[in-house]
Amino acid sequence: MIQLTRDEIDYVAMTEAVRTPQAGAVVLFLGTVREMTAGRRTVALDYEGYPEMAESKMRELAEEARRRWPVEKLAIAHRLGRLELGDVSVAIAVSCPHRHQAFDAGRFLIDTLKETVPIWKKENWADGTTEWVHPGT
Amino acid sequence: MKVQVKLFARARELANSDVVEVELPADGTVGQLRAVLTERYAALRPMVRSLLFAVGNEYADDAAVIPPNGEVACFPPVSGG
Repeated sequence: MIQLTRDEIDYVAMTEAVRTPQAGAVVLFLGTVREMTAGRRTVALDYEGYPEMAESKMRELAEEARRRWPVEKLAIAHRLGRLELGDVSVAIAVSCPHRHQAFDAGRFLIDTLKETVPIWKKENWADGTTEWVHPGT
Repeated sequence: MKVQVKLFARARELANSDVVEVELPADGTVGQLRAVLTERYAALRPMVRSLLFAVGNEYADDAAVIPPNGEVACFPPVSGG
């Protein structure tokens, strides 16, 4: 399951959806909105995406993970719009026969998503200023 | 040929538009588009080297030729997650 959504991510349902008797390991990763970044206080994040390309890139990630690890089931969801502190921005659930496979596949999925999927976040700092997060610029 | 370019995130805000239309020669490249865009939108110039381009939902480098009616997008480095 690949999903871009403006609604809350139901990571419990996602986790249940990847459970299967063929898998002995289920890994769930959640990305959540953090209050402090390098000493600055965040009040909210705004997420923007390029939906067609983001979904296409997330499907490619899922295919790549399935090529590299014995994935039984996986689910990826990313949220767009205004998120408050603690909200879940991204969830990845993956099941494999053994735990090291599930951890490695899950880590690959989140690390590569952050590098390649066209989604951007804008910081809304506590001092009232805003700032797009564009690594390397 | 006329090329519609979708803009996102800070590039969208700096150009003050989520889609712009530019004129490119037939077989125009991403590199030419990068030059035309930053010529027209001075606000994009400080980030000209870091702007990424996608053609048909795939990342495209400066040498890539833009096909007629191809879907083209321009955006700064991604920061999802």
